[in-house]
Amino acid sequence: MKKVFKLQELDCANCAAKMEKAINNIEGVKKATISFMTQKLTLEADDNIFEEILEKAQKAISKVEPDCTIVRK
Amino acid sequence: MSKKQKKQLYKIIISAIIFIVTILLPIPTVAKFIGYMLAYICVGGEIVIKAGKNMLRGQVFDENFLMTIATLGAFILGEYPEGIAVMLFYQVGELFQSYAVNQSRKSITELMDICPDTAVVIRDGMEETVDPEEVSVDEIVVIRPGEKVPLDGIVIEGESTLDTKALTGESIPREVGIGDTIISGCINLNRPLKIKVTKEFGESTVSKILDLVENASSQKAPVENFITKFARYYTPIVVICATILAIIPPIILPNATFSDWIYRALTFLVISCPCALVISIPLSFFGGIGCASKIGVLVKGSNYLEALANAEVVVFDKTGTLTKGSFKVNKIIEGELSKEEVVQVAAHGEFYSNHPIALSIKREYIDTKHTLDETMISDLEEVVGEGICGIYKGKKIYVGNRKLMKRFNIPYKEVNEIGTVVYVGIDNSYAGAIVITDEIKSDSKDAIKALKVTGIKKTVMLTGDIDSIGKKIGKEIGIDEVYTELLPEDKVNHMEMLLKQTSSSGKLAFVGDGINDAPVLARADIGIAMGGLGSDAAIEAADVVLMTDEPSKISKIIKISRKTLIICKQNIVFALGIKGIVLLLGALGFASMWAAVFADVGVSVIAILNAMRVLYYKVK
Repeated sequence: MKKVFKLQELDCANCAAKMEKAINNIEGVKKATISFMTQKLTLEADDNIFEEILEKAQKAISKVEPDCTIVRK
Repeated sequence: MSKKQKKQLYKIIISAIIFIVTILLPIPTVAKFIGYMLAYICVGGEIVIKAGKNMLRGQVFDENFLMTIATLGAFILGEYPEGIAVMLFYQVGELFQSYAVNQSRKSITELMDICPDTAVVIRDGMEETVDPEEVSVDEIVVIRPGEKVPLDGIVIEGESTLDTKALTGESIPREVGIGDTIISGCINLNRPLKIKVTKEFGESTVSKILDLVENASSQKAPVENFITKFARYYTPIVVICATILAIIPPIILPNATFSDWIYRALTFLVISCPCALVISIPLSFFGGIGCASKIGVLVKGSNYLEALANAEVVVFDKTGTLTKGSFKVNKIIEGELSKEEVVQVAAHGEFYSNHPIALSIKREYIDTKHTLDETMISDLEEVVGEGICGIYKGKKIYVGNRKLMKRFNIPYKEVNEIGTVVYVGIDNSYAGAIVITDEIKSDSKDAIKALKVTGIKKTVMLTGDIDSIGKKIGKEIGIDEVYTELLPEDKVNHMEMLLKQTSSSGKLAFVGDGINDAPVLARADIGIAMGGLGSDAAIEAADVVLMTDEPSKISKIIKISRKTLIICKQNIVFALGIKGIVLLLGALGFASMWAAVFADVGVSVIAILNAMRVLYYKVK
């Protein structure tokens, strides 16, 4: 499943790159990209563990920028 | 400015005032120290706290940390004004950066402001305003003048003109009437229209385009990836250098003091943030994609924009790409009747026919300021596969191919012209013939010329059409190589061959209408589909979508891509150059912290401003 999420309070481009790398290193993630310009995270992972991975991705993001959150619809 | 940005701005102003007052006032040292501290806490307190928090979470080497060390280091050395100045400028730079990024984000969103908010739908005879997402297929929607077309549909009532500028970059309004298909995102200009919805909102043109543009920046260009990778190593290396600089020389060199070398090391730390570079590259690409959409070209990713800049060969499909895919009367041959009369007879003969050939003859007749007169014709009859016969102004007429002429023993003269020949007979004699060919688009020739000017090495045309027609059109437009009579699979084979001929860094672009050339579009380095408006296949298959069907947009998009790349390169060279020089001067003890602040913040600001130029780039 591939889903796009908005990121709130994503302030620095270098941080976005760091987050992207960290999320790609999470086990089960097929591909993750963060676009600093559109403030969006595109996450591709297996359906059954998607929620779990999203949690981990949020943790990885918080580690780089504590204020930055994934907006879930 | 957002709330957060305003708060930041106030902090900077207050801090700057305290800072300047403290410097200027002739007050005792202790009071000065307190003033400096206040100014510092006001502008940099947050950074120090963040740095501390991040360190606890194992995030060393982030910009907050570096700035904290650099400024606190300056304080320890007793360089209070410099420490505060570094923090102040750093914050000014950050604020500017976030403002600039927001601005360009906004201008692109505005550009893409094609999304309708509401739709007026007729339910049980009543007009109801609803979210476009709630409208289902086959429902009737009313669009008043000045409103955006909310969903794709077919006009069932009314006539009006549509402004398609937001979608195509085209300023000429489009006339629509009953039976015409209209697409969401256009603006209805003068009279109300009623349409029957043909696609749900999620499937509509607007949704597709928005989706495409939003996702474009997640397809990153090689340059972008290079910079991110570079940034990953740059900071740690500079920090390590700074550490070495602070410790080794004072130990080895005679007369060297720790305070001097630590100061030099601190200038390193100030320069060690790669943000200027990291931000300016995606910003440039974002601007490039935005600039392209202004002229009605959708680029599906930064990577394609970069590839376009290196385009070396452009391959075209013929029908629908370089030619209109519609037919036009090219030549009229006189027999017993004059040219004008030949068209007149033929146009009336084809009165009830909707075949493209028939339409082209009727258009020719009407375009030469004539009107069709239905009362003059009678007994029109179709001879399947041959043509039409009937009565016009009391005379027997025959309009069709050679077989029809033979069937009715008309003494016709064989015409050997390229294209479709329609023979016309009248009362057992040969009236004349009309040659109809596919029309070359008005800007095809200029498009090829413009490509040559931009430095494209080779233009190629692939077509399934017969050799004589293909060669003739190729010559007329000025294409370098023409391959004719190709089956779809032959096109792919030719593509492979052409790909092999391109140089290792050169890219090949294929331009087609996306209808039956999907495999070729996919095989090319850059697949460009034309006439994307309303054609889902084209939007799906291609990397770049031209919303209008003008081939002249190709040289423009190549220019935009080159501009984008040039600006990226300028930024890389400029930012790295300045940083490198200041690092060197810093190590030698010639650069003060002020220079370092310029190398960091100043370079960021300049790089961002430079990147934003792409968005406002005007292509000729």
